[in-house]
Amino acid sequence: MSIDTEKTYEIQSVLEIKSSTFFVPVLVLYTNDLVVIEQRLLQKISQAPDFFRNSPIVFDLHELNHNNDEIDVVKLVELIRKMGLFPIGIRGGNEFQNEQANSIFIPIDNTQSIAAEIPKTSVSTSQTIVKEVVVNNAATLITQPVRSGQRIYVSGDLIILAQVSAGAEIMAEGNIHVYNTLRGRALAGVQGNTNARIFCFDLQAELISIAGDYKTSEDLKETVEKKPVQIYLQNHALIIKELV
Amino acid sequence: MARIIVVTSGKGGVGKTTTSAAIAMGLAKRGHKTVVIDFDVGLRNLDLIMGCERRVVYDFINVINGEANLNQALIRDKHCNSLFILPASQTRDKDALTLEGVEKVLEELSKDFKYIVCDSPAGIEKGAHLAMYFADDAFVVTNPEVSSVRDSDRMLGIMASKSRRAELGMEPIKEYLLLTRYDPDRVEAGEMLSLEDVQEILSLHLLGIIPESKAVLNASNSGTPVILDEKSDAGQAYADVVARYLGEKRPHRFIDSKKGFLRKLFGGK
Repeated sequence: MSIDTEKTYEIQSVLEIKSSTFFVPVLVLYTNDLVVIEQRLLQKISQAPDFFRNSPIVFDLHELNHNNDEIDVVKLVELIRKMGLFPIGIRGGNEFQNEQANSIFIPIDNTQSIAAEIPKTSVSTSQTIVKEVVVNNAATLITQPVRSGQRIYVSGDLIILAQVSAGAEIMAEGNIHVYNTLRGRALAGVQGNTNARIFCFDLQAELISIAGDYKTSEDLKETVEKKPVQIYLQNHALIIKELV
Repeated sequence: MARIIVVTSGKGGVGKTTTSAAIAMGLAKRGHKTVVIDFDVGLRNLDLIMGCERRVVYDFINVINGEANLNQALIRDKHCNSLFILPASQTRDKDALTLEGVEKVLEELSKDFKYIVCDSPAGIEKGAHLAMYFADDAFVVTNPEVSSVRDSDRMLGIMASKSRRAELGMEPIKEYLLLTRYDPDRVEAGEMLSLEDVQEILSLHLLGIIPESKAVLNASNSGTPVILDEKSDAGQAYADVVARYLGEKRPHRFIDSKKGFLRKLFGGK
């Protein structure tokens, strides 16, 4: 059985190297206490286990080094892996930490830490230890149907022109717009943005959620079913309002 | 280059093998050299439906493992000279299929054949994945009931993200809907999803509706693809499907109830 590769492959169909942009969650650390990190990380993951399962993650040590808090990168990577995440980069590390990272094949990101640039506006007095940073706020446009079993997660807004099937899951840190029938699960403001909204042309969703407050299809009133609606949060209650 | 067609569904028992046999025969009858491959390793059925089970010597897995060459394993159909069958192995399981092995066999068949029909096993595991991975066209076989529609939807999602065309960023697999075991009377009685209900969820290009028919079971039992039973409704429906796939325009049939038609004729309600 001889295979004539010249004939069966177009030259460019073998491989190609392309530049592309990815959204990856960044783990910004404010403490070097691995035990506390583990606890808080577990807590975070339990809020969206499906999203975090096998998710790539970049960790940011800028804040620690700013305060001269030392941390063992090898132990940190072990911890992150134990949580079921895949560390794929270090950022804001010092020379020794970068060397450590290099030795265990963790790529080093030399671009400046975004977290460092954002002024701390957090009003909560309790120390925030783990914080995901939104890398990009741009909207993502989907024109193909989102089929059962498919999952979409975007860090900004999500705009879908085709239908979202039952058994599909769409998640956005910002707003969700579905200019078609929404039958699957739609979760907006998944990182806690209570101002996020869901808009859809035909509401038949299995579940809708904004910043963790959710309703299942059982809770949906018949008056809004199969109608064009917007969904938003008011005093921790989901309001579903028909669009006129 | 051959056109690779996968006949798939996600759910079992909806008529994938019946459809594979019928359309492969239909294409071959029109003079296109066609091969139909059984990907259901461990639960092979295609050879029974095609009536060639007593002529199986070597199978798909033997070819992949290099224990036989393709010409030894291909079985020529007794009704049609341009149709060949590559049977699955009954004694192995799906793990015997490898991506490289399947690719090699499909490449070699592509040199000789115009159409390669891949009869997918049920489920979304390895066998089903490999059956659709190299496909150019997909015939999604769906019954008019909710679980079948849901499974088809899932399969469409997998094809859109995990096929070779998707991975290489090529033009996506062309997806066609085949609604099988359709019974207009039961649709009218509200016991079965209608074509509209199914299309509302799947919104696919409809290639044809195959009515629920006794001819299908008879054909399976006698080992002759139902498309050869030209008098039967199912046989004609499959002939329409093949014609439409090849670009002919034919109006859809078997959608409306015959009783309904008479009732309409006499103005009854």
